[in-house]
Amino acid sequence: MSDALVHERPQSGWQRSRAGVAHFLTLPGVGPLLALLIAMLFFATQTDKFFTGRNFSLVVQQVIVVGTLAIGQTLIILTAGIDLSNGMVMALGSVIMASLAVEFGVPPVFAILIGLAITTAFGILNGSLVALVKLPPFIVTLGTLNIAYAITRIYRTTTISNLPTTITFLGNTFTLGETAITYGSVVMLVIYLIAWFILRETSWGRHVYAVGDNPEATRLAGISTTRLLISVYGAAGFIYGIAGLLLIARTQVGDPQAGQTANLDSITAVVLGGTSLFGGRGNVLGTLIGALIVGVFRNGLQLMGIPSMYQVLVTGILVILAVSVDQFSHRGQA
Amino acid sequence: MNDLQPNSVLRASGLVKHFGHVVALDGADFELLSGEILAVIGDNGAGKSTLIKALSGALIPDEGEIYLNGALVHFHNPLDARRMGIETVYQDLAVAPALNIMENIFLGREIRRAGILGSLLRMLDKQRMMDDTIRYMSDLKIGIQSMSQPVGTLSGGQRQGVAVARSAAFAQNVVIMDEPTAALGVKESRMVVELIRQVRTRGLPVILISHNMPLVFELADRIHIQRLGRRVAVIRPDEYSMADAVAIMTGAKEVESAH
Repeated sequence: MSDALVHERPQSGWQRSRAGVAHFLTLPGVGPLLALLIAMLFFATQTDKFFTGRNFSLVVQQVIVVGTLAIGQTLIILTAGIDLSNGMVMALGSVIMASLAVEFGVPPVFAILIGLAITTAFGILNGSLVALVKLPPFIVTLGTLNIAYAITRIYRTTTISNLPTTITFLGNTFTLGETAITYGSVVMLVIYLIAWFILRETSWGRHVYAVGDNPEATRLAGISTTRLLISVYGAAGFIYGIAGLLLIARTQVGDPQAGQTANLDSITAVVLGGTSLFGGRGNVLGTLIGALIVGVFRNGLQLMGIPSMYQVLVTGILVILAVSVDQFSHRGQA
Repeated sequence: MNDLQPNSVLRASGLVKHFGHVVALDGADFELLSGEILAVIGDNGAGKSTLIKALSGALIPDEGEIYLNGALVHFHNPLDARRMGIETVYQDLAVAPALNIMENIFLGREIRRAGILGSLLRMLDKQRMMDDTIRYMSDLKIGIQSMSQPVGTLSGGQRQGVAVARSAAFAQNVVIMDEPTAALGVKESRMVVELIRQVRTRGLPVILISHNMPLVFELADRIHIQRLGRRVAVIRPDEYSMADAVAIMTGAKEVESAH
């Protein structure tokens, strides 16, 4: 009597292997990883300066700020939201950290903690407006983008230098074999691993996917989507604070002009990494690959002596390709 | 009307609910007995969805009492009702398509690992949840090959199967099915009919809300007929015809006893 419930689809070997390949290509992260490998192979054949440990370390260093912002951005996009404010929130946090330490003599560790508290508070503000007031994330974060930018510029217009070494410590390097690696690169990679673990292995992580996928079903399952969304935006804000610290470490100054295109760059990394703008699908390691794709293209084209505007052009084309794949696969699923 | 049956699982008496000037429930009674499928039918505006919302905690009645296994209960939200073993399956396939079957079944009720991995790292026990999922699905004879496939890849009937399996797995007392076949085609509806029977076979009473008269007459042990905010009759499908039921629903025919 339950025969009707069993769906059997007899398949030939050929059909199965073709389906297998198609399935493999749609696995999360496989497409972006292939794109990264092809790009690396291409640049390796074009210039012999590309395939060196030193150059790889440089690529990672160049993406640590946007790469770290993109972790927070991934969390938010998985909930079917978006964060336009992250670059400005990061800039505010980094200017506060630098200013407190240099101009007010606050012990560097406290300056860092205060900076992190401010970026986290901005995240919680974004999350509360989205979850409690039920405003669209795009509009909320457009507003807080301007607020964070204005506060930063009202507070400071010039860069802050002569920072204490405790604050710039993450810019220091250690050597692994012949290659110098910054502590900041390690910090970014560790946050990626933590975020990956939490999203994959904990209830909170699975609820982030669920709320982006079907908020009503998530609510009916007894989960407080309000609290969940506020915690996601808050966690993202905390990560932006760490990105601010990495920014200071990389540039050795507190710069109120920093991060102006970082919001779109972080969205680019998320989208290239295969996370769906519709929410609920994707993963944070894909975002790391997405950030590295942008980094590899910029670096490779630079090594080939191609003008920088072509790097931007290529990035634009890649984003449109990635979103097309997302749109196409989403339509196929519905 | 209020004589208490010994095997009463969920009982309500004198439920009243106003929405502004509209009286959705006007002293409605309700009784679900153990091990039965009780269908609730009524015309639009008869108050059947308000009644079900009151029983599942989705709204709080202005007056009246609800008893679960003889004890007075107050539900303030759906979670209260769920904690007391009343699970609801919604008509609009309330599942998350990107999550897999196991994740949907355990959504909001995930099991953590034992020891420090669970308490400190808060790691989920995916193996255990997977084993349980396979058991729940096979209890209801739902033959889906992989529990790790996204629910979005399933047919509508199979998705509803996941929702029913989730309810049946966690309901200790009652499963409420709100138009469970409304979003489905004919063949898929047959699957869900079988599922509802399987749930009853497992000893859980089912409240079935449906507009589909043939479905109601095929499945129900008793039929609660709601009209103008009250229970006007409870009939047995083998004693009355569908035409009788419709007549009672619309007020064209009266029944002397409510039982």
